[in-house]
Amino acid sequence: MFELIGVPPQVLFGQLLLGLINGAFYALLSLGLAVIFGMLNVINFAHGAQYMLGAFGAWLLLKYTGIPYWGALVIVPLVIGAFGIVLERLFLSRLYHLDHLYGLLLTFGLAIIFEGVARYVFGASGVSYENPIPGGVNLGFMFLPYYRAWVIVFSLAVCLATWFMIERTKLGSYLRAAVERPDLVQAMGINVPLMITLTYGFGVALAALAGVLAAPVYSVTPKIGAEIIIVVFAVVVIGGMGSIMGSVVTGFGLGLVEGLTKVFYPEASNIVIFVIMAIVLVLRPAGLFGTAK
Amino acid sequence: MRPSRLMLGVAMAGLMASAAHADMTEGGIKIGVLTDMSGTYSDLSGGGSVWSAKKAVEDYLKAKPGLKVEVIAADHQNKADISANTARQWYDVDKVDVIVDLVTSSTALAVNQIAKEKNKVALVSGAASSALTGKDCTANTIHWTYDTWALANGTGSAITKTGGDSWFFLTADYAFGHALEKDTAAVVEKLGGKVMGKVRHPFPAQDFSSFLLQAQASKAKIIGLANAGADTTNAIKQASEFGIVAGGQNLAGLLVFITDVHALGLKTSQGLIFTESWYWDANDTNRAFAKEYAAANGGKYPTMVHAGVYSSVIHYLKAVEDLKSDADGAAVVAKMKAMPTDDKLYGKGTVRADGRKIHDMYLFEVKKPEESKGPWDYYKTRATIPATEAWRPLDAGECPLVKK
Repeated sequence: MFELIGVPPQVLFGQLLLGLINGAFYALLSLGLAVIFGMLNVINFAHGAQYMLGAFGAWLLLKYTGIPYWGALVIVPLVIGAFGIVLERLFLSRLYHLDHLYGLLLTFGLAIIFEGVARYVFGASGVSYENPIPGGVNLGFMFLPYYRAWVIVFSLAVCLATWFMIERTKLGSYLRAAVERPDLVQAMGINVPLMITLTYGFGVALAALAGVLAAPVYSVTPKIGAEIIIVVFAVVVIGGMGSIMGSVVTGFGLGLVEGLTKVFYPEASNIVIFVIMAIVLVLRPAGLFGTAK
Repeated sequence: MRPSRLMLGVAMAGLMASAAHADMTEGGIKIGVLTDMSGTYSDLSGGGSVWSAKKAVEDYLKAKPGLKVEVIAADHQNKADISANTARQWYDVDKVDVIVDLVTSSTALAVNQIAKEKNKVALVSGAASSALTGKDCTANTIHWTYDTWALANGTGSAITKTGGDSWFFLTADYAFGHALEKDTAAVVEKLGGKVMGKVRHPFPAQDFSSFLLQAQASKAKIIGLANAGADTTNAIKQASEFGIVAGGQNLAGLLVFITDVHALGLKTSQGLIFTESWYWDANDTNRAFAKEYAAANGGKYPTMVHAGVYSSVIHYLKAVEDLKSDADGAAVVAKMKAMPTDDKLYGKGTVRADGRKIHDMYLFEVKKPEESKGPWDYYKTRATIPATEAWRPLDAGECPLVKK
């Protein structure tokens, strides 16, 4: 059996596949952030908390209404997305004329509040959500749980659909136009504030969707959002702020890099993404897929 | 003019009278509960530890009124620097006499040094590192509830002796994880077992699949989880997802609390074996304590850390009352070592020269879902590890306080 720098190939393939699965979460989350930043110019720091609410939402649905995972996959993003719309109308919309920083501070505050409330209600140890598709298949080089395979396929589909909607449809073109020249688009009879509100709701719904996807894999605790959000921000920065395709490609790509680090030097696996971020910022400040304005 | 002998005598008598009236700093005893109020360990320590400390004071004063005791609390966020700053502020400015709980080894080790420097007292319940009674031991610290050596010894030897003789460690990459891994590996190797490898994961980590896959590839019979809290529950949950246990490898949770089992659910955690020093359903006194605890803490049940905080505060108050002074921290700790311990939750015990509190430990197994009568009914006792065998031998810890 040959080895690659001391690592058997089956371990390496396995790690790459696992990296891809983590990348799926990064991609889905950074996609929502990129949509919100690209369309609203708001740095949504509450994204991690909204992801966490999605995971708890799935658990609450199952426990109190008996609605299983598949129902949660539809209902939770709708409910949390609607909640996002309320937040946008109540708070965020008042800050659009100010610097980005105000939106960031507001959403950061909201994130802390959500996390605190979740800790008060559910406790720090969190809750456990059943795996809806237990079992898996032996690929020869590793055991692939069916659920993880589903995560890759599903999130890839959602990412591509979102990209298609924004870059290739009429609605998407309105959105992009509204970002460039809101006054002009408004003058053509399109309700720009409504579009912006719905976009924020959509971005939040994406975060909640990622939360539902994560619930069967991770222990659902109030901290899950705070732990992943920093990485996701790094993904967005590396991909280029606001770039839809950039965030998806970077999300999956960095999942792979992180997976490899876990084999060769696991102690560094939580910083490797930030090292890459620092390098990218030096060489290409606008990110890999971003365009300097 | 020289003062007359009579005047001197009167003055001395006055001083002695006030000493007999108990020489408490700032007129009373101040207990600081320094713990994780908001992070990953806040369920197993946190607000519950504050409640337990207050409960201990309440119970003590009920039996022996007269002392003036105040309990304050702060969040150290599991960070050694915040822990150290708070300890300095408390000891220097706020006149705190004793700091209790101290979950997370790095925060406890930081306060351990400061307590010595300021000649105050630290009673560690939440943290695990056996270094607290080993090379870092001081005359001002007592390590109360459990430690990495006892966990390793209890769980490691039970599993190795029953055939689990090859191990792979998933280790949280900080002081506590390293200590737990080192102590367990020593037990495994002493009993003829083999350590096939280890992986140090960042703390905290969420995705353990990569590390579990490495553990799987090692073909070790036992995967030892040298971590705690959400790291442990995530690793257990994902091990079940990846068919690790179904594939013939077994998990050893080296530090598992009842709050972790509650978060995981019995379906995922059943059969897990681990060592603890206290279980709420062990006897009537514990059950009564747990009932009262649950009523005051949103239905959650107490962990061994909470019980340890209670027990340590009771013993501290006894020692201070006996000494009639809380001013000299080392003297109070010396008194606590000299007096046998006796409280309703931990029963009779002793405190050793190196600061190790000595009591029985228990090997528990998590019940199957059908064996449990409801929430929090989770443990079966597999074995009692007598106090004489549960702890690291006094001369093996390299504690400078122990004369060879």
